[in-house]
Amino acid sequence: MAVKNATRKAPAKAAAKKSPARAKTAASKIDDDSVWLIGTDMTAFGRYPDKDAVDLASSVSMNALDDAGVTIHDMDVIGAGTLFQASTGMGQRVQKQIGQTGIPVFNVANACATGATALRTVYLSIKAGEADMGLAFGVEQMGKMGMLTGATKKESNVYEPDGRYGAVTGVDGYLGTEGMPGVFAQAGMEYANDYDGVGFEQFAKVAYKNHLHSTLNPLAQYRKEFSMEEIMGAPTMSYPNTLLMCCPTGDGAAAAVLVSGSRLKSMPKKVQKRAVKISASVLTSDPYTESAQVQPDVNTLTRNAATQAYETAGVDPKDLDLVELHDCFATAELIHYDNLGLCEKGGAGEFIDSGAPFRDGSTPVNVSGGLISKGHPIGATGVANIYEVATHLRGEAGDRQIKGAKVGLAHVIGLGSACGIHVLEKSGL
Amino acid sequence: MAAKKPAKKAAAKTPAAKRTVRKATPQVPLVDYLRLGERPYLSANECTNCGARFFDRRNACANCGKRDFKKARVRNGARLKAFTIVHRAAPGIPAPYVSAIVETDDGTTVRSNVVNCEPTPEAVNLGMKLKLTTYPIGKDDEGTEAVAFGYEPV
Repeated sequence: MAVKNATRKAPAKAAAKKSPARAKTAASKIDDDSVWLIGTDMTAFGRYPDKDAVDLASSVSMNALDDAGVTIHDMDVIGAGTLFQASTGMGQRVQKQIGQTGIPVFNVANACATGATALRTVYLSIKAGEADMGLAFGVEQMGKMGMLTGATKKESNVYEPDGRYGAVTGVDGYLGTEGMPGVFAQAGMEYANDYDGVGFEQFAKVAYKNHLHSTLNPLAQYRKEFSMEEIMGAPTMSYPNTLLMCCPTGDGAAAAVLVSGSRLKSMPKKVQKRAVKISASVLTSDPYTESAQVQPDVNTLTRNAATQAYETAGVDPKDLDLVELHDCFATAELIHYDNLGLCEKGGAGEFIDSGAPFRDGSTPVNVSGGLISKGHPIGATGVANIYEVATHLRGEAGDRQIKGAKVGLAHVIGLGSACGIHVLEKSGL
Repeated sequence: MAAKKPAKKAAAKTPAAKRTVRKATPQVPLVDYLRLGERPYLSANECTNCGARFFDRRNACANCGKRDFKKARVRNGARLKAFTIVHRAAPGIPAPYVSAIVETDDGTTVRSNVVNCEPTPEAVNLGMKLKLTTYPIGKDDEGTEAVAFGYEPV
């Protein structure tokens, strides 16, 4: 396969010229400077104690290349995302397993937006004209690492002010919480403070939905339906988030092969048919807001990214057939209905109560089971969301397929903060 | 900032001295923006150009990029803007406790705990009025006491 494809790589333009008749119908719909996804894969999320992150990333990378009908020798660039192994040269370590071709590798870490950032790095390389085709992957191996929280400070025997706040000891638990379930609980409660119709029950309903959705997804870490009573009665992590309203830690990887429109024109018809257009790729960071000086503002940067994404793609939130958004905690999903414009301003409680984000509703959200039930191996998440949306647009999502899906959105947010949004469209080629 | 370790060596010599020392246990604020004393308060770095307030050491203003700051005394009265009741806490932290985002009467957002209040959804209400208070959280090997701030219902 590698040998065969090594010859395929060279004459992109020549190939297009060879079959002008065939290219006309499909290729005329492809803008040269557009960017497309032509291959993708993800591991089931869960625990892989017998594998390492390189195994997981290599596996999805090879499968994504196969899915696209290309090889590592066709790649001009690699975007490699991992958070907890960010300094290990993950991209190069994977190359050493699947093909050391000497191309540039960008190893990226951007909190929970790491995977989306890796993919966007490849997107940018193609947009810049430096690459025709590239591979993006995200991977994480977290095992059972437990609840993520702020850096715990070493207990000194003598108090000495330290750091930018002159703290004499760790402040987590004294000056509010730095634990993730609590930080996102507060974000949800702030929304509940600002708008009516939002409370414990609405947050719990989000988790009910995502656990229910996950029963159809063989790639999900958990596939069990829970009743509202079980969710609300589960041990409280950080009110209102109970254990069943929090995403688990886990292992997993996802990959995607992207290609320029000009190169896609010369590719086989079956590749074009399954190609998914990346209509918008957006990355934002958190702009200054007064309250964000003490608690991360996960709203403004998401709203900014959504505005840019809809404008670039020429898509209205009402056009979306499915959305994969960053439900690290149930409280987070609810506020992102509003941030992504899926509901009226202040209407997130009503939106979930109406059933709109359920898979048979008007805007299915997290039909994969979301982070809450599909799992959240951090670096993998931002590519896995794109895998999910692309798979539905290709009509290949099996039991969980959203019928006739044409447009979808994938959103991730990492604290600190970074927000990645990608709008994907069915090829129609 | 409170005097950090006065009179410690003089301490333990006589029982009388011990008593006076116990009264005047040296204290240190948990964070440097908490000012102890008769009436404790929070001190922010306020941008002289745009008025943005920060509690950390600054290089420049995150809002306008200007570089001059003055110290601003933050009002002690506040309102509860968001909270969570933390049951799974960091090691060594008693749980459950109420973590909170409050807005002070002069519009500064502060992260802290709600204290002197039952940690239940029934007792904690969004929008409730609060005021700053302080409490000791522990002592180091030299007997210095660390003092944290929290907000209590009024």
